[in-house]
Amino acid sequence: MKILVVDDFSTMRRIIKNLLRDLGFTNTQEADDGTTGLPMLQSGNFDFLITDWNMPGMTGLDLLKAVRSDTRLAKLPVLMVTAESKREQIIEAAQAGVNGYVVKPFTASTLEEKIGKIFERVEA
Amino acid sequence: MSSATEINEKLELARQLVIHLEAGDSAAADSTIERLSADRECTLFREIGRLTRDLHEAINGFLLDARIGELVEREIPDASERLNYVITMTEKAANTSLAAVETSLPLAQELGNRAGSLAGDWSRFQQRDLSVEEFRVLSSELAGFLQTARGHSAELHSKLSEVLMAQDFQDLTGQVIRQVIKLIRDVEDKLVRLIRISGSKVAPADHANTKPMGPVIPGLDQGEVVSGQDDVDDLLSSLGF
Repeated sequence: MKILVVDDFSTMRRIIKNLLRDLGFTNTQEADDGTTGLPMLQSGNFDFLITDWNMPGMTGLDLLKAVRSDTRLAKLPVLMVTAESKREQIIEAAQAGVNGYVVKPFTASTLEEKIGKIFERVEA
Repeated sequence: MSSATEINEKLELARQLVIHLEAGDSAAADSTIERLSADRECTLFREIGRLTRDLHEAINGFLLDARIGELVEREIPDASERLNYVITMTEKAANTSLAAVETSLPLAQELGNRAGSLAGDWSRFQQRDLSVEEFRVLSSELAGFLQTARGHSAELHSKLSEVLMAQDFQDLTGQVIRQVIKLIRDVEDKLVRLIRISGSKVAPADHANTKPMGPVIPGLDQGEVVSGQDDVDDLLSSLGF
């Protein structure tokens, strides 16, 4: 399981990577926004994308849209982990094809639950 | 308000105007009209003069306010620097804490794993289920574990202390942010005065295009905000997730 973590704050990437390692996911890579993340996704055989929303350069929502419109990546499971918590934003992300949405601050168990649910659905 | 004598004067002038007009004396009539309006213009000019002076003084007072120069030239750039410092400090604290946690977690894990395996052997020993050779191995493992536990405990203590000390950023950044809040209040005060001088109402800005991204601040940000992960889940499940 190869996971890409996209967030502009290195500390948040580090927290997510640590949580993922605790959950048994050790093969993770990082990008600091959509502009650097998208080429990695396109060439890196990733199985899962965890992205923040609000980032300089390319936002997480734009990254999500780019992933969905790329035929090779269209089915990649995407989990958004973000401080954006307005209803309209969550609906916007859902409409853009996000697989899960976690609002910051979050707990390790929330992250675990959402990741679990996404894989249940993907495998079903 | 005109006093009674002023009214009488005006009435007298009006009567004269009628007399001059009836007599066909247009020159005298014009001069009477001028005398009538002169008084009025005088009041108007006086009022305009007063307003001009007020405005002039207000603008001068505003420009001469030394605080503004200070604000623009020094304090606002200074505030940007200070806020950058806050970012640096919080980032440093987060990295220190994360590094300590990353070192500590495997230590705790190792202690747990080895204690678990020793506990199994120990209960076999208590049930007299261990051969002499196995007991010899257990005994030496136990000694090793105690040594490790001692070392790891010291290491964990030092890492936790690092996490503790890293929290000092809260105090320092709190002070810096408080200074910046005070500066913003000062600037706000000056801007309000400027708006008062200009005397015009400022049209409310269109917030739709300037909506800030980032965390929602309780009590400040408007719009429908979810109150936590449960709300997010409810909303998403209502959308068929």
